[in-house]
Amino acid sequence: MSLLIGVPREVFPGEKRVATVPEVVEKLIKQGFRVAVEAGAGDAAQINDDAYRAAGAELVADRNALWATADIVFKVRAPNADEVGLLRAGQTLVSFIWPAQNPDLMQQLAVRKVTVLAMDSVPRISRAQKLDALSSMANIGGYRAVIEAAHEFGRFFTGSITAAGKVPPAKVFVIGAGVAGLAAIGTAASLGAIVRANDTRPEVADQIKSLGGEYVGVDYVEEGSGVGGYAKVLSEGFQKAQKEVFAKQAKDVDIIITTALIPGKPAPKLITEDMVKSMKQGSVIVDMAAEQGGNCELTVPGEVVVRHGVTIVGYKDLPSRLAKQASTLYATNLFRLMEDMIKTKSIDGDAVKVDMADEVLRGTTVINQGEITWPPPPPKLSAAPPAVAKPAAVVPKAKGHGEPSGPMSGTKTAVLFGVGALLFLLVGRFAPPSFLGHFTVFILACFIGYMVVWNVKPALHTPLMSVTNAVSSIIAIGALVQIAPDLSKISADLTRPEEWIRWLSVGAIALATVNMFGGFAVTQRMLAMFRK
Amino acid sequence: MTSSLSTVSYIGATILFILCLGGLSNQETSRRGNLYGMIGMAIAVVATIFGVQVSSAGLPYIIGAMAIGAAIGLYAARVVQMTQMPELVALMHSLVGLAAMLVGYANFIDPAVSVGLTPAENTIHEIEMYLGVLIGAVTFAGSVIAFGKLSAKITGKPVLLPGRHLLNLAGLLGVIYFGYAFISAHGVAEAMTPMIVMTVIALLFGVHMVMAIGGADMPVVVSMLNSYSGWAAAATGFMLNNDLLIVVGALVGSSGAILSYIMCSAMNRNFLSVIAGGFGTDSGASPAAAGAAQPAGEVNPILAAETAEMLKDAKSVIIVPGYGMAVAQAQHTVNEITQALRAKGIEVRFGIHPVAGRMPGHMNVLLAEARVPYDIVFEMDELNDDFPKTDVAIVIGANDIVNPAAQDDPTSPIAGMPVLEVWKAKHSIVMKRSMASGYAGVDNPLFYKDNNRMLFGDAKKMLDEVLAALKT
Repeated sequence: MSLLIGVPREVFPGEKRVATVPEVVEKLIKQGFRVAVEAGAGDAAQINDDAYRAAGAELVADRNALWATADIVFKVRAPNADEVGLLRAGQTLVSFIWPAQNPDLMQQLAVRKVTVLAMDSVPRISRAQKLDALSSMANIGGYRAVIEAAHEFGRFFTGSITAAGKVPPAKVFVIGAGVAGLAAIGTAASLGAIVRANDTRPEVADQIKSLGGEYVGVDYVEEGSGVGGYAKVLSEGFQKAQKEVFAKQAKDVDIIITTALIPGKPAPKLITEDMVKSMKQGSVIVDMAAEQGGNCELTVPGEVVVRHGVTIVGYKDLPSRLAKQASTLYATNLFRLMEDMIKTKSIDGDAVKVDMADEVLRGTTVINQGEITWPPPPPKLSAAPPAVAKPAAVVPKAKGHGEPSGPMSGTKTAVLFGVGALLFLLVGRFAPPSFLGHFTVFILACFIGYMVVWNVKPALHTPLMSVTNAVSSIIAIGALVQIAPDLSKISADLTRPEEWIRWLSVGAIALATVNMFGGFAVTQRMLAMFRK
Repeated sequence: MTSSLSTVSYIGATILFILCLGGLSNQETSRRGNLYGMIGMAIAVVATIFGVQVSSAGLPYIIGAMAIGAAIGLYAARVVQMTQMPELVALMHSLVGLAAMLVGYANFIDPAVSVGLTPAENTIHEIEMYLGVLIGAVTFAGSVIAFGKLSAKITGKPVLLPGRHLLNLAGLLGVIYFGYAFISAHGVAEAMTPMIVMTVIALLFGVHMVMAIGGADMPVVVSMLNSYSGWAAAATGFMLNNDLLIVVGALVGSSGAILSYIMCSAMNRNFLSVIAGGFGTDSGASPAAAGAAQPAGEVNPILAAETAEMLKDAKSVIIVPGYGMAVAQAQHTVNEITQALRAKGIEVRFGIHPVAGRMPGHMNVLLAEARVPYDIVFEMDELNDDFPKTDVAIVIGANDIVNPAAQDDPTSPIAGMPVLEVWKAKHSIVMKRSMASGYAGVDNPLFYKDNNRMLFGDAKKMLDEVLAALKT
């Protein structure tokens, strides 16, 4: 296998990231790929050409040559018109695409008969987490948003008492606790700020707390989880209640970081002009949704503006502002994707043929050999276990004990009862009455045993077994009644091997008593250990 | 003591035994349940000794035998290590089996018992006697072998004789044939031969049956033998026309059977296939298939100090103990680590697989011994869904119960067995002595996962190091 991966320099103005880094180049080569990097591709991310060369990549100065020879092209930003023109049939492109926002681009790409894997379309399931570039980028964005806010904010984040006076801690309010929001919460908290956060999905409250934030809920009952771990559009009643919460927070906090996005829709306007007016002078809003229009009414995408004394940061390229980190994580995501493709035989020898049966690859592939395959079928719930490809591998869930088992099928029950009835008939036909009395007792006792034990807690299996073991030493009774029976009722002409019986019984009693005392004592010892 | 008085005493004892077993199904009531059991046993024994069936001539023997037995029993209960509980329980089962055999023989050589019986009653009595000795002998031999396996005196691997099902069948036919000979024989002397031959067959059968069962199925076997010891008591009760023995024997027998069933369903195994034995070696095809799907890749080793760092940085930790913890006697260190982490505000929970260890509930007992609070000890089903939210899952000396192949490799010998999904935690750490496979003999893909680290070494030693690193 010697597919050539080409990594061109990003051409989008201001884009500093690069689609691979030297560490990952080494791993790719170990997997059997060849890697060609355009000269100067990593400059903006502080990775020089020598580092790539040292890692085994081939440096190509001529951009057109790189595009022409590569089998697989790694990019960060979606290709522009020039780059689309450089693609040739059969090539594979891996990058961010945003197919919903860029239908024209999709058409152009399809015409070129290429295969396109969109890193923004990786399904959000557990198995795909390692190649979820959106999450990696959002994580960086969240961090950077706090850093930008700190940069614009005129005070410390940590509260402290110094010789020169008391410094109150900064209060940060984060809207949306997705990956970016959570990263922002963690970063702000570690800088010492008081962090509050809101999300329409109440189940993330724990995650917010776990990062040192305080969950600010909206007191309105509505379930906000959409399919695939994303938020969904909410009802008007909820939005009104939410606005009230935000307005209250706006008056109190120093920094607001908004991350609210709904896939395929413009960002919801959550911070109104009135709220901005109500904020303290010198406050900062970082609008991470600027690219989709912004969560704040006054955001100017791509710029930092001051309105009503509040600095509003509307950068669209927060991850790119941490270019080296972003490149490293993105490159690793791409590497994981390649691994998955090899594993599913999507890359086999020199051929790239995406395994469309694999849920992750199916979702990621937006154009397959010139055919648009976007949008994919909806992903399964993110909480669901990793999809099992082969139906044969579906694991039957064992019934927990204690749960009522399903009723038996009619025929099975009938057969069982039939056999039972036959057995009872036989017993009734031949057994003498003296036996039947005992038999009744026996059967009933079996059922009692069954009923009594059925609901036992697994933690108590061992004590239960040891106590039933102790109880089974009741066998001693059997020996006791034989050791020295009252012989007066028995005719004297019987010769009874007294000694034998006695010593057999003595042996049985001794054995059973070991069990009796040992069993109860050891059970007691065990039970004494169980404590809350 | 009059006959009526001893009968009501027996009824009282029976009720106490039922309350005892019922009480044992819940932590809150368990200690009282055990007390009920003791009182019930005391009443039953006293009522029998002073009842009509025992003359005062037997008292010295009874007292002597019981004193010896009690001394041995109490001593054993005191000195046994909690990790040795499975062995002890298996050994005790063998005692009940042996006692049942002796009682059966004593009854058999006593001509007085069949006086005044009708022919039909006599036949039934002889069948009861025969069955009592049979079940007793199987229980005895099986338990001794189980004890040997659990204490590692005998190999834990299933020992499979060629044509073992045929051997068992031949044994069964032999038992039936000699049973017929036994019933048709006249007098003790004549019946002695079939009785002895049957006993030998039953003993061999018991040995053979348990030898063929692999170590991973031992919990089921122990619980099954427990059931047998109950049936042996019930058969003795029939033989002696003693309702107390019948009731208690049936209680123990059916509860043991239910427990075995519960264990089997926890492993998603068929009860019959456990008894038939040979776990993981049933067919030539499956090892080959497993070989093809051999997980490949590198394992990532980790040091104790790094483990401690990971634990310190975690918010929530789940500890999955296995037999390795029991072997290394590491439960106390585990508890200390738990305390240290909880003191730092880290949530620590324990995930217990239903068949972890060598006896049902084995892990719970060990953790309880180390004074781990039982409200942080959870069953598999209770916390399997929580792994994705967990930062670190530590597996201490367990293997098959955390094997992802059970879920995603249909050719795996353990396919379908429910497992603890530790690989869904953000990180998992497996403590193991080496890369050897578990009892089921299946390689574990967990070890090769990206988010898994291996901490090689003796569990106790490694955990001590982790604890030391945690405290610095």
